[in-house]
Amino acid sequence: MLMNPAIQMKGIIKTFPGVLANDNIDFVVEKGEIQGLLGENGAGKTVLMSILYGLYPPDEGQIYVNGKEVTMHSPATAIRLGIGMVHQHFMLVPSLTVAENIILGREPTKDKILLDMDKTLKEVKASCESYNLEVDLKAPIYTLPVGIQQRVEILKALYRGAAILIMDEPTSVLTPQEATELFKAVRALKEKGKTVVFISHKLREVLSICDRITVLRRGKVVGTVRVGDTNLGELAKMMVGREVVYKFDKRLMKGREVVLKVESLKALDDRGLPALKGIDLEVHASEILGVAGVEGNGQTELVETLTGLRKTTEGRILLNYTEITGASPEERIRLGISHVPEDRYKRGLISDFSVMENLILGSHNRPPFAKWGVRLDFGETSKYAQKLISDFSIKTQSEDAPVRHLSGGTQQRVVLARELSREPKLIIASQPTRGLDVGATEFVRSKLVEMRNLGCAILLISADLDEIWALSDRIAVMYEGKVVAIKDPQKTDEEELGLLMAGGKSG
Amino acid sequence: MEARGASKIRSWLKLGLQSMLPQIIAIFLAFIVGAAVLLATGHSPIDAYSAMLRGALGDIFGIGQTFTQATPIIFTALAFLFAFRCGLFNIGAEGQLIVGALAAALVGISFSGLPAFVHIPIALLAGALAGGLWGFIPAILKTKLGAHEVITTMMLSYVATYLTSYMVNYPFKAPGWVAQTVPIATSAQLPHILEPTQLSASIFLAVGLAGLTYYTLQRTTLGYEVRATGLNPIAAENGGVNVHREMILALGISGAIAGLGGAGEVLGVHRRLIDGFSPGYGWDGLAVALVGGLNPVGVLLAAVLFGALRSGGMTMTRVTGVPLDIVTILQALVILFVTAPMLIRYLLRRGGYKR
Repeated sequence: MLMNPAIQMKGIIKTFPGVLANDNIDFVVEKGEIQGLLGENGAGKTVLMSILYGLYPPDEGQIYVNGKEVTMHSPATAIRLGIGMVHQHFMLVPSLTVAENIILGREPTKDKILLDMDKTLKEVKASCESYNLEVDLKAPIYTLPVGIQQRVEILKALYRGAAILIMDEPTSVLTPQEATELFKAVRALKEKGKTVVFISHKLREVLSICDRITVLRRGKVVGTVRVGDTNLGELAKMMVGREVVYKFDKRLMKGREVVLKVESLKALDDRGLPALKGIDLEVHASEILGVAGVEGNGQTELVETLTGLRKTTEGRILLNYTEITGASPEERIRLGISHVPEDRYKRGLISDFSVMENLILGSHNRPPFAKWGVRLDFGETSKYAQKLISDFSIKTQSEDAPVRHLSGGTQQRVVLARELSREPKLIIASQPTRGLDVGATEFVRSKLVEMRNLGCAILLISADLDEIWALSDRIAVMYEGKVVAIKDPQKTDEEELGLLMAGGKSG
Repeated sequence: MEARGASKIRSWLKLGLQSMLPQIIAIFLAFIVGAAVLLATGHSPIDAYSAMLRGALGDIFGIGQTFTQATPIIFTALAFLFAFRCGLFNIGAEGQLIVGALAAALVGISFSGLPAFVHIPIALLAGALAGGLWGFIPAILKTKLGAHEVITTMMLSYVATYLTSYMVNYPFKAPGWVAQTVPIATSAQLPHILEPTQLSASIFLAVGLAGLTYYTLQRTTLGYEVRATGLNPIAAENGGVNVHREMILALGISGAIAGLGGAGEVLGVHRRLIDGFSPGYGWDGLAVALVGGLNPVGVLLAAVLFGALRSGGMTMTRVTGVPLDIVTILQALVILFVTAPMLIRYLLRRGGYKR
């Protein structure tokens, strides 16, 4: 029932080089409601909201605000139309006070020149009170905890006259207590007649706060549901999808030796809060262990701890029965751990390096590439690079071209070529097909299966349940920093996995 | 194989020229604007520039002076470049140069009777070690405590300046009015290579070091790791590179290069340590590294340009009466245009030049 839409986006299409970020999206926000926008990272949520906020123009599609068609030239247009955005990364000046930050860009003045601080304080205080958002207006921003800083962002948007507030992953930086406070504030906003768009990939969150939820997946709308008519399991399924499963040649393998053994592993996240709360895992040779779970339940931290990029606070990691808990990333690479990172642009590749230079990263200090451990042998490296370019069909003009110029799928081929070609014993593949098109996705998956058939142990972390389903010999489910279940894919179903991923008990 | 080698060299040359085009245009523009300044102040740009050119390259004395001035700047520019490739701003080359000079001078005056082939290397090594220490300290402060190297390298420069000033004014002051040490032993002197000018063998060291820097950055695992760290420390770490170790090495090496330059000044040019011997070679080095397009070959060319401006400027002033400040203006203009790549790119586009 579309009674009174505050925002209506119709047929929004947005492409970036090699990526279809928004594929014909229709999105409606009812006035006075809290509208959830749910989807995995890379599903297109942020792009859609950036279009709404005027950060980039859509390739196609229309936007209506309060029933009138509008063209968003820039955020200034959006602000004028009463749309405010609270970004994931705050846009505050740390050394200025709360009040100064709120009025920044719209300073109240006396005689058009002098800053009228009294008027400012009065105005800001009024809006604090009316929304029950308590903040010390004279405190400098850098002295405040993240939760309060976010409150300042909200106040800033309201001060600029926002009637519709977009909140991009607002809880991702918050502690659970701060999140509870935020929810109270969001409900208060609704009571005052404001409209809120709440972007998240956390199921429980959207269920508890939103009136209506739109689910995005791979740039498309999967559906829109009323909160009363749905449940965790259904949302989880909508979010991670149930596409046709690719068929792979997964011959049954006999190798049952344990390659990776993880014992009650604990680690902290970037904020110093427990992210891994005692993980136990085993990955065998010739086995793909799929780790399913909604993102943000410790998967990233698990990968970083296993590759040596994050410190283990408790527990042990064993590779082929040798303890590597305290080993450096370099030692782990030497011992045969390969890593296909979640964020290939930031962590997987050095974009200003050539294809060749990227292909030897991690093996660059060993023969045959390093002579006497010092000199790089360009003859060897370029021979090696040419071989990998042809083996992995990397579309590049030459091995000397910078990877910056390659498309997303080709870049992932470079990462894959590098990581799979150094005879790994264990491959840790994190979201290996995120953002890739169908062809590249299939290539990556078939390569992983090929490595498994050659005897590699593979730990596959994916937010895409289809992927887990298609590739895994066993499925581990992560929830809130723990492995809550390990399932045989033959003996479980989507219902059960969805429930487990949402923190429920399996039947 | 032969043909492939030759064509590779040709393509490198072409690439090198292409990549230096913005710098060449910047220099050209600087001289045009400089000419306008000269005209506006009632001087003939043609007279001034030709006097400058004669002064810089017209006779043996000018050439010697040009390269003598260029030598320390090559060192400091290479120092800046090396750290920069690791993503670090070492703006303390001035101080590293000065402590290098101090250490070399101390070794130079403390020993006598050593053969030159022992004494010179020890003195140079002392300079490199002292400069290296001056780079190492900020590196440790950065990697262990998170102190930004721009602040710490600059602060340490002041420490170097005043420490050296104290040394030549008190404990190691030679008798007389001037704040300087006694001369170093003859066995520690680097030979002059273009009598009667002061040009010393230090320039061979500088050119050799430019080659070595290029080789290290492009052809060794150390250089690979340094560049990886500079371009993307997160991916480098993931690839098994110890990012902190690289930063410490890069700043240490950077300081050592500058320190070696200081040692070269003492052993080759002044043959003693004189208070305030550096008119800002460290800062010139930063500018030269930028003008040289942050590559060692470019650095050599840019350093010679800056050296020529300094030595030619003096002749210009003597002959035409144009104040020496025009040299400072020209240097500033070159830096301004080099650091304004948007302007240069616009000009290139207008000129129909496409990459």
